[in-house]
Amino acid sequence: MCGICGCGQPDGTIKITKVSAEHTHGHDHDHGHGHEHHHHHAHGNGRHHAPHQHHGGSFQPGKTVLQIEQDILGKNNLLAEHNRGFFEAKNILALNLVSSPGSGKTALLERTLTDLKNEFPCYVIEGDQQTSNDASRIAATGAEVVQINTGKGCHLEADMINDALKQLKPADDSLLFIENVGNLVCPAMFDLGEGARVVIISVTEGEDKPVKYPDMFHSSQLCIINKIDLLPYVSFDVEKAKEYARRVSHITEFIELSATTGQGMEQWYEWLRKKVGR
Amino acid sequence: MHELSIIASIVDIAEEQVKKASAQQVDSIELEIGELAGVEWAVLEFAWEVGVQRSVLENTDRYIQRIPGKARCVECGSSFLMKQIFDPCPKCGSYFNEILKGKELRVKALTVS
Ligand SMILES: Nc1nc2c(ncn2[C@@H]2O[C@H](COP(=O)(O)OP(=O)(O)O)[C@@H](O)[C@H]2O)c(=O)[nH]1
Ligand SMILES: [Mg+2]
Ligand SMILES: [Zn+2]
Ligand SMILES: [Zn+2]
Ligand SMILES: [Zn+2]
Repeated sequence: MCGICGCGQPDGTIKITKVSAEHTHGHDHDHGHGHEHHHHHAHGNGRHHAPHQHHGGSFQPGKTVLQIEQDILGKNNLLAEHNRGFFEAKNILALNLVSSPGSGKTALLERTLTDLKNEFPCYVIEGDQQTSNDASRIAATGAEVVQINTGKGCHLEADMINDALKQLKPADDSLLFIENVGNLVCPAMFDLGEGARVVIISVTEGEDKPVKYPDMFHSSQLCIINKIDLLPYVSFDVEKAKEYARRVSHITEFIELSATTGQGMEQWYEWLRKKVGR
Repeated sequence: MHELSIIASIVDIAEEQVKKASAQQVDSIELEIGELAGVEWAVLEFAWEVGVQRSVLENTDRYIQRIPGKARCVECGSSFLMKQIFDPCPKCGSYFNEILKGKELRVKALTVS
């Protein structure tokens, strides 16, 4: 069990599954196809030993000291660069969509895929801790989708994307949308090799999200403000949210839209077309 | 809970080094972690025990060197200690700061035998 958020996930198994439209009739259990791959190191029964943390302690002689100075995220960064090279070679625009849970990433994708399917070949990688509900919603639009269940992992990592790409086999000159796990903290630290990172907030959240999660905003290139159809009913101040975002990031482009009513979606499509270079 | 993935990456690095050095165990490991690296200390502490179980780091002494955040204001040029990421410049209040130190996430050294 994960003792931090109490999510009750028994182990750290990552599951990657291709979800097809025939499987969209609403059950959320796994179908057992796809392969498993042990990612995080497993944990058994917690044997407590006293924390040993003598700051700056010296190393004993007679043993080999390896001064490695190695970046802990180095392996992820390297794999992310592999992915980036793959995308560049195939002229694929890969977007990493990040937000808090419920901001509307899946809703935005559903509408986008429906509207753009005759314009671009579109592919989706869905990150989710447990279920394949989102992947089923995506598959229903006709887009090719691979689900990554991260188990207790609260973010996607570059090697998961690498594995998912082997199943997805995206075509040249296509769009790849990666829906990250709903979380504004650690997805910021894990480069997936994407061409751009898009952060989504909705007007039902606080305007101060950017200053609460500065890393996420700082590493994003576009900020989408979703659910603007609800603006008459909430106290969300759009200009204030933008001001906060500008404080902590280089984001100059904001797109206000409603994935539900479709208002503002054309601006998002224009942004995509510009990115793709059409 | 990315602390657990960070620990998993540290374990990977340690296992690779042990193999390369044809060693049996890791006696101690020295980490450098910046105050602005997005690591929650209490979570790291908690997750460590879980994360290193049945790995080469299970009985390893761990030393963490915490590196304070340091930034330079892009507007007025003054350098200051940054406690929280994107704190404003204490002199002119600007939020446009270049982070000089504090984002480190490194395995500095290992002692193997
Ligand atoms: N009113 C309104 N609701 C929305 C909008 N976009 C998403 N939602 C709703 O917000 C909830 C969460 O959306 P979802 O796409 O699952 O969020 P995700 O967790 O970021 O993927 C769902 O109930 C959606 O119907 C929008 O533009 N307007
Ligand atoms: Mg979703
Ligand atoms: Zn959990
Ligand atoms: Zn995470
Ligand atoms: Zn200043």
